Amino acid sequence: MVPFPFTALVAQDELKLALQVVVVDPSIGGVLVFGDRGTGKSTAVRGLATLLPKMRAVAGCPYQCDPAGDVAGCGAGCTAREGRNVVEVPVPVVDLPLGATEDRVVGALDLEAALTRGERSFAPGLLARAHRGFLYIDEVNLLPDHLVDLLLDVAASGENVVEREGVSIRHPARFVLIGSGNPEEGELRPQLLDRFGLSLEVKTPEDITTRVEVVKRRVAFERDPRAFVESHAPHEAALTRRLQDARTRLHDVVVSDAVVERAATLCQSLGTDGLRGELTLIRAARAAASLDGETEVGDVHLKRVAPLALRHRLRRNPLDEVGSTLRVEKAMAEVFGARS
Amino acid sequence: MSALADPNFPGDAALATALFSVDPVGLGGVVLRAGPGPHRDRLIAWLRSLLPETAPLLRVPLHVTDDRLLGGLSLSATLRAGRVVAEEGLLAQASGGVVVLAMAERIAASVVAHVSAAIDRGELVLERAGLTGIVPCRIGVVALDEGLDDERAPAALSDRLAFKIDLTAVSPRADMGSPPDHVLARQARGLLPVVELGDEVVEAFCQASVALGVPSLRVPLLAAAAARAHAAWQGRTRVEGADAVVAARLVLGPRATRLDQPAPDEEETLAEPADAHPDREDHVAEPDDSPPKAAPTRSSSPSSLEEIVLKAAKSGVPAGLLDTLVLGPQPRAAAPGAGKAGLARTSSDGGRPAGTRAAVPRSGERLNVVETLRAAAPWQRLRRRVGESGSARRVEVRKEDLRITRFQQRTETCVIFAVDASGSAALQRLAEAKGAVEQVLSDCYVRRDHVALVAFRRDSATLLLPPTRSLARVRRTLADLAGGGTTPLAAGIDAALALALEERRRGRTPLLVLMTDGRGNVARNGSEGGTAPAADALAGARALRAAGVRALFLDTAPRPRAHARALASEMGARYLPLPYLDPVGISRHVQSLAVGAT
Repeated sequence: MVPFPFTALVAQDELKLALQVVVVDPSIGGVLVFGDRGTGKSTAVRGLATLLPKMRAVAGCPYQCDPAGDVAGCGAGCTAREGRNVVEVPVPVVDLPLGATEDRVVGALDLEAALTRGERSFAPGLLARAHRGFLYIDEVNLLPDHLVDLLLDVAASGENVVEREGVSIRHPARFVLIGSGNPEEGELRPQLLDRFGLSLEVKTPEDITTRVEVVKRRVAFERDPRAFVESHAPHEAALTRRLQDARTRLHDVVVSDAVVERAATLCQSLGTDGLRGELTLIRAARAAASLDGETEVGDVHLKRVAPLALRHRLRRNPLDEVGSTLRVEKAMAEVFGARS
Repeated sequence: MSALADPNFPGDAALATALFSVDPVGLGGVVLRAGPGPHRDRLIAWLRSLLPETAPLLRVPLHVTDDRLLGGLSLSATLRAGRVVAEEGLLAQASGGVVVLAMAERIAASVVAHVSAAIDRGELVLERAGLTGIVPCRIGVVALDEGLDDERAPAALSDRLAFKIDLTAVSPRADMGSPPDHVLARQARGLLPVVELGDEVVEAFCQASVALGVPSLRVPLLAAAAARAHAAWQGRTRVEGADAVVAARLVLGPRATRLDQPAPDEEETLAEPADAHPDREDHVAEPDDSPPKAAPTRSSSPSSLEEIVLKAAKSGVPAGLLDTLVLGPQPRAAAPGAGKAGLARTSSDGGRPAGTRAAVPRSGERLNVVETLRAAAPWQRLRRRVGESGSARRVEVRKEDLRITRFQQRTETCVIFAVDASGSAALQRLAEAKGAVEQVLSDCYVRRDHVALVAFRRDSATLLLPPTRSLARVRRTLADLAGGGTTPLAAGIDAALALALEERRRGRTPLLVLMTDGRGNVARNGSEGGTAPAADALAGARALRAAGVRALFLDTAPRPRAHARALASEMGARYLPLPYLDPVGISRHVQSLAVGAT
């Protein structure tokens, strides 16, 4: 099935921004999308997959190692591959379906090989496939706890260590975690919440014109998916170029001390725990600036990404989730308002 | 057409079934609310006759395992063949047809998520032992909802299914008439791909859904699909006003959460009421109490189409809903799609897999085939060499290889708050009680407890919130809790006990926190005064102790009294007189109780 084009999504600007920001700078560490049913959460993520520029990988490596990067951690012997052949592969966007079994997630003994040939070999799991790409978990709040624990561990270390049934292997697993869910169906464990760099809440658009447009496009897409995708191809190509440019330019974008200071003031006034909030805020602002084609991060970028980066880091009163966006906005008004 | 033109049968059951058979995938499906019985069977049989003969119609039982639903390794085939043999799951088998979900009101959240994913994507992404990849899964769904009162099919599911058929009020002896014509269904299916749908119809559906307070954007889409199916059924290649009218009545009407009249104050409790369009309100001033037969107007001029669609949608509004809207929502009427559509059950944690361990399966335990084979696999060569009497088996599995799936059971706690919201206890202290509950809740959140809320006042106890982990809902429900009136203490205890037992059946450990001043003045039969209220409360307390439910009695009276203490000891509860409620202290007590319980 062809996915609905990302650029054809109506409204939901914050969602689109957040996804583009983590594409530009994967080190930001994931996006959590919570919101009403039928707001295009999954559609946006699946549409993103077709937008991503291709990446270079070592041919034949099950973990699609970066030929230019450090391959020392590769368990499949990339270090030994002399004059590594390089192929262009699409950036993986891997679905972690709710019914996934643990062995499929982490990888396990290859049963087929063991039974038929008596060989002991490792069948890589989803974490291997998602390396250098995206791992998407729909209904992340319904994921069984033992899988959540496992993901937390890998996401934190960037490495997947498998020790089971005589298989002893470790391989790199660095991926951008994207989770979506509906808070009405259950809360997310606090530990997992902190793992996401950015978070946002999507709402059903309320104004009629937008709603009509959403439905019209969907109807058109369902009637003839190919023609619809075709008609949006120029926009898609333009966005792909923009992402590519933003990514190459990212490290040239200047972050002035003044900006760092303001980010720190903002975090302080909100009382966010730890440095992670500040770091994420600055990184996200830099990616946003790069997307705009700017050479320096400005207040406008900080403002744009601050709710995304900080909303879920406020000292938790779990009963007061709705208010957190407001709190960020208030603090922003104080920090930025004082200057202008 | 005859059976369709004459929808004497409530809820347009025949019509909905017929349209569903035309486009099962586009329409998502039907929530069929009815007890088991001839009517329900008849509708399913009709559906069977309307669908193409080759289309599968599979029943999914309530406690289906992921292995059967999605597919997994086939034990017998794998052992026989000596290689991995996978078995297709029910959802994949049903592709191109319809699945019937039994007892959808109690269905596990994980099953809902799988079915929803299949509806949304038309395919299944599988990451299971022996089955990896994407398999087509284009299905329609019939959700059999046997719920009573507030029990309903989960909102995540019903949001995706176009039609709701309610047969609960139909007499078992009522005549259902004859089935829709299956030849027409076949012709309509052939015509469907070329049926055109004008933008003005889409706009009308969007306008009407906003006016009726239906936030989900899937709904106008489903209405559009219904309109096309109806046009195809009528042999038309373009959707006309009449098709839109039928679609609005069937799809939009039953989902209405308000009628576009001046909103009463209480309506703020509805989650984010979609921005009502002021100019819509003068179009249709009063609600249509008497559902007229769908206006057979053929006009399709855009401006009037919206009115016609809205009017038709209103004729599909269930009678009961109209009453609650006109009289103002009851405190329990929560957000559309959430509270209204009932419990979105978080999980069927009676048995959620939590890894495996080596052991011989005893009764009630489940062998994990994949892990067992994995454990056995490395030894195969060696074991064959040792050659136990020329065994013909391809794979030798020994006792030490056996792995069983560990299930997480009875480790989850459900904290049931029974809050006295009567005048005697409440008015001055309800706010404090709410604060205490919130404090306990935030701890429950960290421990992943489920929380339920029962309030009692006037003449009855109400389950304000079925067990949930969603603090968003708890917060909303708490905010709506109003105080005042007499104290039906016995009813409150009874309701809490019933809920506790239900939770225990579901595999959770119930914990009761009763907050009252202990001065009940309404008996079980509703009479006030005399000794009956106190006696009934005592009887309820004893039943609670007999059932072995752990409880905490928080005396909220300004001055602790002996009878409250007596009541607490009768129910075997820990008694805490709290002249000044101290949230943190309460939370600590709940926690110690929970530790003792596991």
